[in-house]
Amino acid sequence: MATANKYKVIGTRPVRHDGVDKVTGRARYGADTKIQGMLYSAMLRSPHAHAKIKRLDTSKAEKLPGVRAVVTAKDLPDPGTRIAQLGEGAVCMAHLTRNVLAREKVLYKGHAIAAVAADNIHIAEEAVKLIEIEYEPLPVLLDVREAMKPSAIVLNDDVRCEEVGAGTTGSTPTNVAKHFHFEKGNVADGFAKAKVVVEREFVTGTVHQGYIEPHAATATWNPDGRVTIWCCTQGSFTVRQQCSELLGVPLGHIKVVPTEIGGGFGGKISVYLEPVAAALSKKSGKPVKLVMDRAAVLEATGPTPASYMKVKIGVDGDGKITAGTAYMAFDAGAFPGSPIGMAAMCAFACYDVPNGSVDGYDVCVNKPRTNAYRAPGATNGAFAVESVIDEICEKLKLDPLEFRAKNAAKEGTRRVDGPVFPRIGMWETVDYLKKSEHYSTPLPKPKFGGKVGRGVASGFWFNCGLKSAAFATVNTDGSVSLSLGTTDIGGSRASIAMQLAETLGLTATDINPNVVDTDAVGYNDVTGGSRVTFATGIAAYEAGEDIKRQMVQRAAVLWDVDPSQVSYDVATASLIGPGKNITFKALAEQVNHCGGPVIGRGFSSEANQGGSFGTHCVDVEVDPDTGKTQILRYTISQDVGTAVHPSYVEGQLQGGVVQGIGWALNEEYWYDDKGVMRNASYLDYRIPTIYDVPMIDTILVEVPDPEHPFGVRGVGEVPIVPPPAAVANAIANAVGVRMEKLPMSPPNLLKEILAGK
Amino acid sequence: MAKKRVVTTTLNGNQTEFLCEPRQTLLEVLRDNLDLTGTKEGCSNGNCGACTVILNGRPVDSCLVLAVEAEGATLRTIEGVATAAGLDPIQKAFLEGAALQCGICTPGFIMQSEWFLSQNPKPTEDEIRFNLAGNLCRCTGYDKIVRSVQDAATTWQDHYMKNCHEKGCH
Ligand code: FES
Ligand code: FES
Repeated sequence: MATANKYKVIGTRPVRHDGVDKVTGRARYGADTKIQGMLYSAMLRSPHAHAKIKRLDTSKAEKLPGVRAVVTAKDLPDPGTRIAQLGEGAVCMAHLTRNVLAREKVLYKGHAIAAVAADNIHIAEEAVKLIEIEYEPLPVLLDVREAMKPSAIVLNDDVRCEEVGAGTTGSTPTNVAKHFHFEKGNVADGFAKAKVVVEREFVTGTVHQGYIEPHAATATWNPDGRVTIWCCTQGSFTVRQQCSELLGVPLGHIKVVPTEIGGGFGGKISVYLEPVAAALSKKSGKPVKLVMDRAAVLEATGPTPASYMKVKIGVDGDGKITAGTAYMAFDAGAFPGSPIGMAAMCAFACYDVPNGSVDGYDVCVNKPRTNAYRAPGATNGAFAVESVIDEICEKLKLDPLEFRAKNAAKEGTRRVDGPVFPRIGMWETVDYLKKSEHYSTPLPKPKFGGKVGRGVASGFWFNCGLKSAAFATVNTDGSVSLSLGTTDIGGSRASIAMQLAETLGLTATDINPNVVDTDAVGYNDVTGGSRVTFATGIAAYEAGEDIKRQMVQRAAVLWDVDPSQVSYDVATASLIGPGKNITFKALAEQVNHCGGPVIGRGFSSEANQGGSFGTHCVDVEVDPDTGKTQILRYTISQDVGTAVHPSYVEGQLQGGVVQGIGWALNEEYWYDDKGVMRNASYLDYRIPTIYDVPMIDTILVEVPDPEHPFGVRGVGEVPIVPPPAAVANAIANAVGVRMEKLPMSPPNLLKEILAGK
Repeated sequence: MAKKRVVTTTLNGNQTEFLCEPRQTLLEVLRDNLDLTGTKEGCSNGNCGACTVILNGRPVDSCLVLAVEAEGATLRTIEGVATAAGLDPIQKAFLEGAALQCGICTPGFIMQSEWFLSQNPKPTEDEIRFNLAGNLCRCTGYDKIVRSVQDAATTWQDHYMKNCHEKGCH
């Protein structure tokens, strides 16, 4: 593809800058923080999924030798009903503070209630057992459809249903926090024109991001009221903002130092431990570290919603979609805020749907408050929509890729929720996949004596822009130090440094990228929305342009000419003046004597992305006697804009696919009727192992995004969107059973296979 | 609280003594008492492999070993893999093959892979996958991990057959 030739650094595969630290164990992650005199702490978590807290007495715990502080919700200021703007949107502080430490009620099993700081973790854990608490258990709601019934017990009595779009809000307490409604064209007319109409219902379970590093936070509250927090977060600036709000401390008094982060996938944006560690530090006068165990990570952070969906699609005799409707109810968990809005917008985004409507509901249930997980909401919707499309293709005997090529959204297509697409690469992902060796090869023979099948599916994710800022300083040896405020979750230091190198005509190793604390760089939104390589890349590019301008001025001083007579030559990384030239490196050595240090700054504020598409093909083998599905072969074709570091782009695609395979085949929270998660460990919440999956073949389709100087598109999220649908379609192809439930685990699939017999 | 014990080990080639409580795991002592935080904790119940170290020539989940059990043992952690001469071949292969994204699983994979290659310097893909199945990675989808282990195996067979003896892999 074109990129490799067009650029000098972009499209190459240098070793990442933070790599040596990470292969030698030197990189410091969240739980690796150690501060002189630090205390260790543990939390009391609710054994009930829904209960009133009748009495809470921490006095015995406080008296245990070695205990230095105990905090409960009383130690956090009551924020009242305030709604705070926290970068990515409005957050109801009453809900956020109650999620951090429960007040009147516990709303899910594992809900944090109190925390103890002590000289070591064992004393802290013993002290937690000495906290006296009395509960009044309440009925437990776990299912969205149950929770939507008017007769259902209401979890949060301050929640009223907001009709998004209509702009109205209900007057009675409810579990349904939001209703989104989008409409385009005339749905009834559309269905009237259809030759085939298929309508199906789907359910999916709660799944977790499953990052290997548990949450961890360490805080010091100094006597002058200044707070420092070390944590593994996707957004140090949003941690600062959330903690400022939750602790009642001025924003400028909090410094957040991001450690390395061991995975996040959307789950490390909301704060859980940070304000609690800070409150413990305030009370004890010492630095305090707080780390979650794996069960707490699963039970009490932000998994992605279980859902109920009903999708109906009509297609005419020419194989063109005439209409589509979707009803989607997502469980938000204990407090409102599931990604249902985005799910509703993504549902039909891959296609040109002339007439459509989508209804989405955000519903509170007694589960942990859900959070973003890689293209949040889009995977659920794609499972439903892409399954229905596959069934229609089967009925009309259409090749599923031909169908997708014919109906693909293109530049100018209007989505059901309104926006019109700029230049996008949906059609190209289908076209490349169609021509791939995988798709043109007949299905392999069964390897294990089962039945083989092939499935395809497509997916869309927005990719966002938001705000990024960066500083870059030129060192006297011609290297450039780059300060970033977006945490590096999978190689972004490298991909951003490469963009700065490209801008200046330097090499990737000339750049020293660092992720710095909130006092050391301009404001940055979170590492999320597949935005960092795009937006922080723009910030680095702008910082590079700023450096070029300053280097031109320095050369002008050196040569005693007017700056207008000097230009920066990127190809040779040198400054050219009247009859003279000097390399970047040679000038760098002299800048301090001809004008002063060179400090470039850049930011990205307005730029937004065109969105990313992927189309996948999978071959499976199903054992009809056990219901076990084995992935035999997988190919992902994705529009990646411009692949800055192709290895890490491929890695994002492969990682997303395997998470999607886990979601498709295994992963789900098993709740008993009391709302207790029965599989809160990696043994029972089984994410794919290296033995479960094959190599994942990638096709990097490069349709540059015109909003970015190098055509970069975010690549991280959309790869998780198609896999559950692609696998479901492959299973249908193999054994003739259409799965309308995730996961398609052996027992779930076997039940359907036996029912079909 | 039970009395603290003195434990004597050979840790990354050096005789190392530490004081620990009988209830402390080897993982906790490595990380909290000895400040060797390169060994990671992902689950503390033997399910993720992030805490893999080599104990008397065999890989173990250090979260499942009590520190007092290491009395007299030879231990090798990620901190002992690179030398003053540079990175170990498997570390190089992981770096060059982009086998890490967030990197939290990497120390565990490197310990397990290095040990495995010392046992089986010419593994098939299936053997690699089978032998690394106790190490979870949530970021990479494993493709580049498998390829990096394959690369290390083809490029550095001699290294693994000879050097691992000296380093105490066996
Ligand atoms: S921390 Fe030991 S296996 Fe997970
Ligand atoms: S690289 Fe993140 S868990 Fe493996």
